[in-house]
Amino acid sequence: MKLFLRGLRAGVPIGLGYLSVSFTFGIMAISLGFEWWQAVIISALTLTSAGQLAGISIMVNPMQYITMLISQLTINVRYSFMSVSLSQRVSPSFKGIKRWLLGFFITDEIFAVASTEKRIEPKFFLGLCVMPWIGWTLGTLVGGLIGNVLPPIIISSLCIAIYGMFLAIIIPPAKKSRPILIVICIAGILHCLFYYLPILREIPSGISISVCAILAAIIGALLFPIDTSKEGSDR
Amino acid sequence: MNDFLIYLIILSGSTYLIRALPFALFKRTIENKFVRSFLSYIPYSVLAAMTLPAIFYSTGNVASSFAGLILGCIFAYKGKGLTLVALVSCLGAFATELIIMLLG
Repeated sequence: MKLFLRGLRAGVPIGLGYLSVSFTFGIMAISLGFEWWQAVIISALTLTSAGQLAGISIMVNPMQYITMLISQLTINVRYSFMSVSLSQRVSPSFKGIKRWLLGFFITDEIFAVASTEKRIEPKFFLGLCVMPWIGWTLGTLVGGLIGNVLPPIIISSLCIAIYGMFLAIIIPPAKKSRPILIVICIAGILHCLFYYLPILREIPSGISISVCAILAAIIGALLFPIDTSKEGSDR
Repeated sequence: MNDFLIYLIILSGSTYLIRALPFALFKRTIENKFVRSFLSYIPYSVLAAMTLPAIFYSTGNVASSFAGLILGCIFAYKGKGLTLVALVSCLGAFATELIIMLLG
Protein backbone atom coordinates (compact mmCIF):
# COMPACT_ATOMS: atom_id res chain seq x y z
CA MET A 1 0.00 0.00 0.00
CA LYS A 2 2.90 2.34 0.79
CA LEU A 3 4.38 1.62 -2.62
CA PHE A 4 1.04 2.29 -4.30
CA LEU A 5 0.66 5.65 -2.54
CA ARG A 6 4.19 6.68 -3.43
CA GLY A 7 3.43 5.90 -7.07
CA LEU A 8 0.13 7.76 -6.85
CA ARG A 9 1.90 10.87 -5.62
CA ALA A 10 4.59 10.63 -8.30
CA GLY A 11 1.84 10.60 -10.92
CA VAL A 12 0.11 13.81 -9.82
CA PRO A 13 2.21 16.27 -11.86
CA ILE A 14 1.85 14.05 -14.95
CA GLY A 15 -1.92 13.94 -14.41
CA LEU A 16 -2.14 17.72 -14.16
CA GLY A 17 -0.12 18.15 -17.34
CA TYR A 18 -2.30 15.62 -19.16
CA LEU A 19 -5.46 17.36 -17.95
CA SER A 20 -4.61 20.54 -19.82
CA VAL A 21 -3.41 18.88 -23.01
CA SER A 22 -6.29 16.39 -23.25
CA PHE A 23 -8.67 19.30 -22.67
CA THR A 24 -7.54 20.69 -26.01
CA PHE A 25 -7.68 17.20 -27.54
CA GLY A 26 -11.36 17.12 -26.55
CA ILE A 27 -11.93 20.52 -28.13
CA MET A 28 -10.08 19.53 -31.31
CA ALA A 29 -12.12 16.33 -31.59
CA ILE A 30 -15.37 18.30 -31.25
CA SER A 31 -14.23 20.83 -33.85
CA LEU A 32 -13.58 17.92 -36.24
CA GLY A 33 -17.17 16.75 -35.74
CA PHE A 34 -16.80 14.04 -33.08
CA GLU A 35 -19.27 13.60 -30.21
CA TRP A 36 -17.92 14.28 -26.70
CA TRP A 37 -18.34 10.63 -25.67
CA GLN A 38 -16.37 9.44 -28.67
CA ALA A 39 -13.46 11.66 -27.69
CA VAL A 40 -13.64 10.35 -24.11
CA ILE A 41 -13.67 6.69 -25.23
CA ILE A 42 -10.70 7.31 -27.54
CA SER A 43 -8.72 8.91 -24.71
CA ALA A 44 -9.66 6.33 -22.05
CA LEU A 45 -8.71 3.40 -24.28
CA THR A 46 -5.68 4.85 -26.05
CA LEU A 47 -3.85 7.19 -23.63
CA THR A 48 -1.47 8.83 -26.07
CA SER A 49 -1.26 12.36 -27.48
CA ALA A 50 0.45 12.20 -30.87
CA GLY A 51 -1.27 8.97 -31.90
CA GLN A 52 -4.73 10.20 -30.98
CA LEU A 53 -4.22 13.52 -32.73
CA ALA A 54 -3.12 11.77 -35.93
CA GLY A 55 -5.90 9.22 -35.34
CA ILE A 56 -8.81 11.64 -35.27
CA SER A 57 -7.56 13.47 -38.36
CA ILE A 58 -7.58 10.13 -40.20
CA MET A 59 -10.96 9.09 -38.78
CA VAL A 60 -12.76 12.03 -40.39
CA ASN A 61 -12.23 10.24 -43.71
CA PRO A 62 -14.01 6.91 -44.29
CA MET A 63 -12.21 3.61 -44.84
CA GLN A 64 -8.62 4.68 -44.18
CA TYR A 65 -7.95 1.61 -42.03
CA ILE A 66 -4.51 0.76 -43.40
CA THR A 67 -3.41 4.39 -43.16
CA MET A 68 -4.58 4.40 -39.56
CA LEU A 69 -2.63 1.25 -38.75
CA ILE A 70 0.59 2.41 -40.43
CA SER A 71 0.45 5.83 -38.82
CA GLN A 72 -0.19 4.39 -35.35
CA LEU A 73 2.61 1.84 -35.68
CA THR A 74 5.10 4.52 -36.71
CA ILE A 75 4.03 7.14 -34.23
CA ASN A 76 3.95 4.66 -31.37
CA VAL A 77 6.97 2.50 -32.15
CA ARG A 78 8.85 4.49 -29.51
CA TYR A 79 6.65 2.82 -26.88
CA SER A 80 8.07 -0.58 -27.84
CA PHE A 81 11.51 0.73 -27.12
CA MET A 82 10.37 2.09 -23.76
CA SER A 83 8.61 -1.19 -22.97
CA VAL A 84 11.76 -3.15 -23.69
CA SER A 85 13.73 -0.74 -21.56
CA LEU A 86 11.25 -1.03 -18.68
CA SER A 87 11.15 -4.82 -18.98
CA GLN A 88 14.82 -4.84 -17.97
CA ARG A 89 14.24 -2.85 -14.81
CA VAL A 90 11.14 -4.37 -13.20
CA SER A 91 11.22 -6.38 -10.00
CA PRO A 92 11.01 -10.20 -10.30
CA SER A 93 7.37 -10.14 -9.12
CA PHE A 94 6.41 -7.90 -12.07
CA LYS A 95 5.49 -10.59 -14.59
CA GLY A 96 2.70 -12.38 -16.43
CA ILE A 97 -0.73 -10.78 -16.26
CA LYS A 98 0.64 -7.74 -14.42
CA ARG A 99 2.79 -6.88 -17.41
CA TRP A 100 -0.11 -7.43 -19.84
CA LEU A 101 -2.37 -5.11 -17.81
CA LEU A 102 0.06 -2.40 -16.79
CA GLY A 103 1.79 -2.34 -20.19
CA PHE A 104 -1.24 -0.35 -21.36
CA PHE A 105 -0.09 2.67 -19.34
CA ILE A 106 3.39 3.13 -20.78
CA THR A 107 3.53 6.74 -22.01
CA ASP A 108 6.53 9.02 -22.48
CA GLU A 109 6.07 10.69 -19.10
CA ILE A 110 5.17 7.55 -17.12
CA PHE A 111 8.17 5.85 -18.69
CA ALA A 112 10.39 8.77 -17.72
CA VAL A 113 9.29 8.69 -14.07
CA ALA A 114 9.31 4.88 -13.79
CA SER A 115 12.84 4.82 -15.21
CA THR A 116 14.09 6.75 -12.20
CA GLU A 117 13.22 3.73 -9.98
CA LYS A 118 15.98 1.24 -9.24
CA ARG A 119 13.57 -1.70 -9.29
CA ILE A 120 10.07 -1.04 -10.56
CA GLU A 121 7.52 -2.70 -8.26
CA PRO A 122 4.07 -3.51 -9.76
CA LYS A 123 2.28 -1.63 -6.95
CA PHE A 124 4.36 1.48 -7.47
CA PHE A 125 3.77 1.34 -11.21
CA LEU A 126 0.02 0.88 -10.75
CA GLY A 127 -0.11 3.90 -8.44
CA LEU A 128 1.95 5.92 -10.89
CA CYS A 129 -0.54 5.25 -13.70
CA VAL A 130 -3.73 6.29 -11.87
CA MET A 131 -3.51 10.09 -11.96
CA PRO A 132 -2.22 10.37 -15.55
CA TRP A 133 -5.07 8.15 -16.80
CA ILE A 134 -7.69 10.10 -14.83
CA GLY A 135 -6.19 13.42 -15.97
CA TRP A 136 -6.13 12.36 -19.61
CA THR A 137 -9.70 11.04 -19.63
CA LEU A 138 -11.22 13.79 -17.49
CA GLY A 139 -9.52 16.54 -19.49
CA THR A 140 -10.95 15.12 -22.71
CA LEU A 141 -14.43 14.96 -21.14
CA VAL A 142 -14.32 18.58 -20.00
CA GLY A 143 -12.86 19.78 -23.32
CA GLY A 144 -15.46 17.81 -25.24
CA LEU A 145 -18.36 19.15 -23.16
CA ILE A 146 -17.49 22.83 -22.92
CA GLY A 147 -15.75 22.95 -26.30
CA ASN A 148 -19.13 23.92 -27.76
CA VAL A 149 -19.70 26.65 -25.21
CA LEU A 150 -16.37 28.50 -25.39
CA PRO A 151 -16.01 31.48 -27.73
CA PRO A 152 -14.31 30.59 -31.06
CA ILE A 153 -11.26 32.77 -30.36
CA ILE A 154 -10.45 30.74 -27.23
CA ILE A 155 -11.02 27.41 -28.97
CA SER A 156 -8.78 28.33 -31.89
CA SER A 157 -6.01 29.51 -29.54
CA LEU A 158 -6.23 26.29 -27.54
CA CYS A 159 -5.71 24.18 -30.67
CA ILE A 160 -2.00 25.06 -30.61
CA ALA A 161 -1.54 23.60 -27.09
CA ILE A 162 -0.73 20.07 -28.15
CA TYR A 163 1.96 21.35 -30.55
CA GLY A 164 3.35 23.50 -27.75
CA MET A 165 3.71 20.32 -25.72
CA PHE A 166 5.56 18.66 -28.62
CA LEU A 167 7.95 21.64 -28.74
CA ALA A 168 8.59 21.22 -25.02
CA ILE A 169 9.46 17.55 -25.61
CA ILE A 170 11.77 17.94 -28.62
CA ILE A 171 13.56 21.28 -28.12
CA PRO A 172 15.41 20.65 -24.81
CA PRO A 173 17.07 17.41 -26.05
CA ALA A 174 17.87 19.13 -29.38
CA LYS A 175 19.71 21.80 -27.45
CA LYS A 176 21.95 19.19 -25.84
CA SER A 177 22.40 16.84 -28.78
CA ARG A 178 23.32 17.96 -32.30
CA PRO A 179 22.27 14.60 -33.86
CA ILE A 180 18.77 14.99 -32.37
CA LEU A 181 18.62 18.58 -33.66
CA ILE A 182 19.57 17.42 -37.16
CA VAL A 183 17.07 14.54 -37.10
CA ILE A 184 14.33 16.98 -36.04
CA CYS A 185 15.24 19.41 -38.84
CA ILE A 186 15.29 16.65 -41.47
CA ALA A 187 11.90 15.33 -40.37
CA GLY A 188 10.36 18.80 -40.24
CA ILE A 189 11.71 19.94 -43.61
CA LEU A 190 10.78 16.63 -45.26
CA HIS A 191 7.22 16.89 -44.01
CA CYS A 192 6.98 20.49 -45.24
CA LEU A 193 8.02 19.21 -48.69
CA PHE A 194 5.27 16.58 -48.48
CA TYR A 195 2.84 19.30 -47.51
CA TYR A 196 3.65 21.90 -50.15
CA LEU A 197 4.95 20.08 -53.24
CA PRO A 198 2.52 18.89 -55.93
CA ILE A 199 1.93 15.10 -56.14
CA LEU A 200 3.56 14.57 -52.70
CA ARG A 201 0.75 16.78 -51.38
CA GLU A 202 -1.82 14.15 -52.38
CA ILE A 203 -0.42 11.62 -49.86
CA PRO A 204 -2.57 11.42 -46.70
CA SER A 205 -0.84 13.01 -43.70
CA GLY A 206 -1.00 9.80 -41.64
CA ILE A 207 1.31 8.16 -44.16
CA SER A 208 3.53 11.16 -44.93
CA ILE A 209 4.26 11.69 -41.21
CA SER A 210 5.36 8.07 -40.93
CA VAL A 211 7.51 8.20 -44.07
CA CYS A 212 9.25 11.43 -43.02
CA ALA A 213 9.79 10.23 -39.45
CA ILE A 214 11.23 6.87 -40.54
CA LEU A 215 13.50 8.47 -43.17
CA ALA A 216 14.82 11.05 -40.71
CA ALA A 217 15.46 8.41 -38.03
CA ILE A 218 17.25 6.16 -40.55
CA ILE A 219 19.46 9.06 -41.68
CA GLY A 220 20.13 9.85 -38.02
CA ALA A 221 21.02 6.24 -37.21
CA LEU A 222 23.37 6.05 -40.23
CA LEU A 223 25.10 9.39 -39.62
CA PHE A 224 25.13 9.34 -35.83
CA PRO A 225 24.93 5.81 -34.47
CA ILE A 226 24.49 5.94 -30.71
CA ASP A 227 27.21 4.38 -28.62
CA THR A 228 25.65 1.45 -26.79
CA SER A 229 27.97 1.95 -23.83
CA LYS A 230 26.19 5.23 -23.08
CA GLU A 231 23.10 3.25 -22.02
CA GLY A 232 20.52 5.22 -20.08
CA SER A 233 21.63 8.68 -21.18
CA ASP A 234 18.82 8.91 -23.72
CA ARG A 235 15.77 9.97 -21.77
CA MET B 1 -20.76 5.31 -37.05
CA ASN B 2 -19.74 1.71 -37.65
CA ASP B 3 -16.61 3.29 -39.00
CA PHE B 4 -15.91 4.80 -35.59
CA LEU B 5 -15.86 1.40 -33.90
CA ILE B 6 -13.47 -0.11 -36.43
CA TYR B 7 -11.19 2.92 -36.24
CA LEU B 8 -11.32 2.81 -32.43
CA ILE B 9 -10.28 -0.84 -32.38
CA ILE B 10 -7.37 -0.20 -34.75
CA LEU B 11 -6.29 2.93 -32.88
CA SER B 12 -6.45 1.67 -29.31
CA GLY B 13 -5.68 -1.96 -30.15
CA SER B 14 -2.48 -1.20 -32.04
CA THR B 15 -1.39 1.31 -29.41
CA TYR B 16 -2.00 -1.24 -26.65
CA LEU B 17 -0.20 -4.09 -28.40
CA ILE B 18 2.83 -2.00 -29.33
CA ARG B 19 3.26 -1.18 -25.64
CA ALA B 20 2.21 -4.38 -23.92
CA LEU B 21 3.68 -7.02 -26.26
CA PRO B 22 7.32 -6.02 -25.86
CA PHE B 23 6.79 -5.37 -22.15
CA ALA B 24 5.25 -8.78 -21.53
CA LEU B 25 7.42 -10.84 -23.86
CA PHE B 26 10.81 -9.20 -24.01
CA LYS B 27 13.45 -10.97 -21.96
CA ARG B 28 16.67 -9.51 -23.40
CA THR B 29 18.06 -6.21 -24.75
CA ILE B 30 18.48 -5.20 -28.37
CA GLU B 31 22.18 -5.28 -29.23
CA ASN B 32 22.09 -4.03 -32.82
CA LYS B 33 23.54 -0.52 -32.83
CA PHE B 34 21.65 0.67 -35.90
CA VAL B 35 18.28 -0.51 -34.55
CA ARG B 36 18.96 1.03 -31.15
CA SER B 37 19.94 4.34 -32.74
CA PHE B 38 16.92 4.29 -35.05
CA LEU B 39 14.57 3.62 -32.14
CA SER B 40 16.06 6.38 -30.05
CA TYR B 41 15.64 8.95 -32.83
CA ILE B 42 12.09 7.92 -33.74
CA PRO B 43 10.30 9.83 -30.93
CA TYR B 44 11.90 13.09 -32.04
CA SER B 45 11.42 12.60 -35.77
CA VAL B 46 7.74 11.67 -35.27
CA LEU B 47 7.00 14.73 -33.16
CA ALA B 48 8.93 17.02 -35.54
CA ALA B 49 7.00 15.71 -38.56
CA MET B 50 3.72 16.09 -36.66
CA THR B 51 4.55 19.65 -35.61
CA LEU B 52 5.81 20.91 -38.98
CA PRO B 53 4.09 22.34 -40.87
CA ALA B 54 0.84 21.63 -38.98
CA ILE B 55 1.61 24.13 -36.22
CA PHE B 56 1.57 27.02 -38.77
CA TYR B 57 -2.14 26.39 -39.34
CA SER B 58 -3.07 25.03 -35.92
CA THR B 59 -5.19 28.01 -34.85
CA GLY B 60 -6.67 28.55 -38.29
CA ASN B 61 -4.73 31.82 -38.57
CA VAL B 62 -1.08 31.90 -39.65
CA ALA B 63 -0.19 35.08 -37.71
CA SER B 64 -1.50 33.84 -34.36
CA SER B 65 -0.03 30.39 -34.98
CA PHE B 66 3.38 31.92 -35.53
CA ALA B 67 3.10 34.00 -32.37
CA GLY B 68 2.29 30.82 -30.41
CA LEU B 69 5.07 28.92 -32.16
CA ILE B 70 7.72 31.52 -31.39
CA LEU B 71 6.70 31.92 -27.74
CA GLY B 72 6.52 28.14 -27.35
CA CYS B 73 10.00 27.75 -28.83
CA ILE B 74 11.46 30.35 -26.49
CA PHE B 75 9.96 28.75 -23.39
CA ALA B 76 10.82 25.23 -24.53
CA TYR B 77 14.38 26.38 -25.21
CA LYS B 78 14.56 27.65 -21.64
CA GLY B 79 13.62 24.14 -20.54
CA LYS B 80 10.17 24.97 -19.13
CA GLY B 81 7.72 22.12 -18.49
CA LEU B 82 5.21 20.70 -20.98
CA THR B 83 2.20 22.38 -19.42
CA LEU B 84 3.76 25.84 -19.22
CA VAL B 85 5.04 25.74 -22.80
CA ALA B 86 1.63 24.61 -24.06
CA LEU B 87 -0.09 27.37 -22.08
CA VAL B 88 2.27 30.09 -23.28
CA SER B 89 1.74 29.03 -26.91
CA CYS B 90 -2.02 29.36 -26.40
CA LEU B 91 -1.68 32.76 -24.75
CA GLY B 92 0.54 34.03 -27.58
CA ALA B 93 -1.98 32.85 -30.15
CA PHE B 94 -4.89 34.26 -28.14
CA ALA B 95 -3.28 37.70 -27.71
CA THR B 96 -2.51 37.88 -31.43
CA GLU B 97 -6.05 36.92 -32.43
CA LEU B 98 -7.41 39.47 -29.98
CA ILE B 99 -5.25 42.20 -31.53
CA ILE B 100 -6.31 41.18 -35.04
CA MET B 101 -9.95 41.23 -33.96
CA LEU B 102 -9.67 44.67 -32.36
CA LEU B 103 -7.80 46.14 -35.34
CA GLY B 104 -10.10 44.53 -37.87
